[in-house]
Amino acid sequence: MTDKYTQLVSRGLGRDVAKKLGLPQPVQLRRYQPGAPLVTGPVLVSGDSAGADDIATTLLGWGLDVRRNALPKEKLGAIILVLDAVQHPGDLGKTVLAAGTSLRDLAANARVVTISRTAQSAPTPASAAARQGIDGLLRSMAKELRSGATANGILLHDNLATTSPSALGALRFFLSGRSAYVDGQFLTVTSTSGSLPTDSERPLAGKVAVVTGAARGIGAAIARTLHRDGATIVAVDIPAAGDHLAAVANSVRGTALQLDISRDDAGHRIIEHAVERHGRLDIVVHNAGITRDRLLANMDEGRWHSVIAVNIAAQLRINEALLASEHFKDSSRIVSVASTSGIAGNRGQTNYGASKGGVIGMVRSTAALMEPFGGTINAVAPGFIETEMTAKMPFAIREAARRLNSLKQGGQPQDVAEAIAFLASDAAGGISGDVLRVCGQQLVGA
Amino acid sequence: MAAADVSTGATREPTPSPLRSAVIVGGNRIPFARTGGAYVKSSNQDMLTAALDGLIARFGLQDERIGEVAAGAVLKHSRDFNLTREAVLGSALSPETPAYDLQQACATGLETVIGLSNKIKLGQIDSAIAGGVDSASDAPIAVSEGLREILLDLNRAKTAVQKLKIIGRIRPKDLAPDAPNTGEPRTGLSMGEHQALTTAQWKIAREAQDELAYNSHRNLAAAYERGFFDDLITPYRGLSRDSNLRADTTLEKLASLKPVFGKSLGSEATMTAGNSTPLTDGASTVLLATEEWADAHGLPKLATVLDGEAAAVDFVHGKDGLLMAPVFAVPRMLARHGLTFEDIDFFEIHEAFAGTVLSTLAAWEDEEFGRTRLGLDGALGKVDRAKLNVNGSSLAAGHPFAATGGRIVASLAKMLHEKGAVDGRPARGLISVCAAGGQGVVALLEAA
Repeated sequence: MTDKYTQLVSRGLGRDVAKKLGLPQPVQLRRYQPGAPLVTGPVLVSGDSAGADDIATTLLGWGLDVRRNALPKEKLGAIILVLDAVQHPGDLGKTVLAAGTSLRDLAANARVVTISRTAQSAPTPASAAARQGIDGLLRSMAKELRSGATANGILLHDNLATTSPSALGALRFFLSGRSAYVDGQFLTVTSTSGSLPTDSERPLAGKVAVVTGAARGIGAAIARTLHRDGATIVAVDIPAAGDHLAAVANSVRGTALQLDISRDDAGHRIIEHAVERHGRLDIVVHNAGITRDRLLANMDEGRWHSVIAVNIAAQLRINEALLASEHFKDSSRIVSVASTSGIAGNRGQTNYGASKGGVIGMVRSTAALMEPFGGTINAVAPGFIETEMTAKMPFAIREAARRLNSLKQGGQPQDVAEAIAFLASDAAGGISGDVLRVCGQQLVGA
Repeated sequence: MAAADVSTGATREPTPSPLRSAVIVGGNRIPFARTGGAYVKSSNQDMLTAALDGLIARFGLQDERIGEVAAGAVLKHSRDFNLTREAVLGSALSPETPAYDLQQACATGLETVIGLSNKIKLGQIDSAIAGGVDSASDAPIAVSEGLREILLDLNRAKTAVQKLKIIGRIRPKDLAPDAPNTGEPRTGLSMGEHQALTTAQWKIAREAQDELAYNSHRNLAAAYERGFFDDLITPYRGLSRDSNLRADTTLEKLASLKPVFGKSLGSEATMTAGNSTPLTDGASTVLLATEEWADAHGLPKLATVLDGEAAAVDFVHGKDGLLMAPVFAVPRMLARHGLTFEDIDFFEIHEAFAGTVLSTLAAWEDEEFGRTRLGLDGALGKVDRAKLNVNGSSLAAGHPFAATGGRIVASLAKMLHEKGAVDGRPARGLISVCAAGGQGVVALLEAA
């Protein structure tokens, strides 16, 4: 459900009044529905490299309406800036300015996507400057877009083609409604691993996925989204949440596993359940998390330790069991839920911030351990998401948190779930150790 | 159907079906709540549906056509004539799953397990869900017998004058509602008063009863603490543990309670609210199947249902105590298998009252009783207390009549599975449930 203010200013008198008064004007975002087209209009592929030509050819192969030059007054569904060959900041202008003239022609909920290379591996300072420049460019451009349009970027390691499987996977994710609340963010493709799904509506067909904290909120949305994409779900939550958990498990035709993930044998129990009941284990989503907010000056041991134990220590212990298991060796996927609090910090959340920052550190370090068997591990960092938990925030704080992002609204649990579903798919096989924010480009913090 | 084979002239016989094993896959119950507590607004159908849905979620049975579901309730509204089938229709099971209701007082739940296991063993069904539910909070209340007769006459009357005459028969006393109670129709005594007589007859000390109650609470609390019930219970209406459980109770506290039953016995009255089970609301379910069905569904096989036996006693003429029927059922069942108490690793004796369990044990330990009443050479045997109700029983958990059987079967099956083998043979467990009307049902399980 979109919040009431967004509904009010999305149409009719409310829209006119909000415009006159200069109030924030959030729109109803284009969210993925099975069967919906990838984009809602022609796609302009901007850039003159061979990589740009390859992208244009691929998009034509997908049946999209592709433009290499914008037509006057034509509404565009997306603009793709292919900047993979830039050597010097001076090389950016031509492609960027050409795309700039078309920004006003973007349709509502359109997409801008840059494709470039990682700055760390640049051969020269000038090349690094050009590549890093795209970071600032993209994030600024995202803040200029209106009406639900977003801008995100794909970063390629050197030697990777613009059409490597996960580059295309990320491109499809960013173009689609699956990325509705992802704005101003980059995904980094590090290898040629991965493959696009044969059935784009069931990219997780045949997979068995464990979702922790699945009884409600974001976890329940993750279970439903992974199930929609074809996965068999093992829904995990603490025994005390078992009634909600049973309802979720029954709604996705999966199984419920009542388990405190901070138990020593939690990893073993998860693997055993998945393999015995469903024959395999492909995906683990570490979503379970708790908050015990207090200013650090007032923090007690119980609050500190319980948050660390559940939010990060449990994930580390379960991952150890997964990495040691013979049942988790076939292109396995781990996706952890971090938080923008773990990146930008949040007053009253030193314990939570430490745990979620910890998740990011764990993900970056574990990627190397997953690589030998084609596995990946990534994190998703949600910003302000409309859940039962955030509905309990005081009105003024909630309104501020909700509007202080480029999309001027809170995200939905489904938005977080869509990012996780993508990172859990075969298409994301070349993306590992990455952290994707689902925050509508929060204006504060990193 | 046999059909004549024309070419040979021989008659084709139906394929004989050898007996199969009935295995317990697992169970699910909702926490039991003291009457008037968390489930005060829940009907039997609500609770049974919740217990079913938790079982379905645990074992992934959504849209599954189960062979048959049997459950029942002791306190039942007349509108709930198809209680179990209605619960199935409200659950995530396939609507093509058949169901029937069963009622055998407090033994209802255990009897559904035995009956469905027999169907599985005979080859009639491959899977089944047994269960039971009871609400003393949402109990049916009927109009008085006098008013009921008047209302039925009124319905039959044809003219206005006749109707007026009939209405004129209603007296204020007829308006008092008729609520259910635990009184025995043939003696007028409540279950507690009956047990008080038995408890006194077997000279069961107050201290022994309090100790049994104390152990029940302590064992149940410990089982919760180590997560034993994590895959046996699904929370319901904000409750995640049995609300009757007093983890912090002490022998001193139990000793301080005043007797509530057998007060006519004067100083010999020993039965208090602490060593008697309170009225409780709740529901339980057990998933049963053939080994093949469990394997095909990737589901565990915890234990097999070996056997069951029912007995009844003549309590009306005072020959035996109201709740003593299991005393007779157990030796008959064990004899059938050539087993003694030495061969049993867990004893689950339903704690209707602490006095019931202790009177039962006393009868089995009594040489004279064994000879004269059980037809044995001496006492049946002594139950090792370390094997008795090791994860608590009804005194701590509560006793929603028809739901107790399912609670015990699922818990015992898990205990047997964890125990595995004893001296090279599968671990065995004995269940004994006493019931109103002087009945009792017992069962024998073995680790699968």
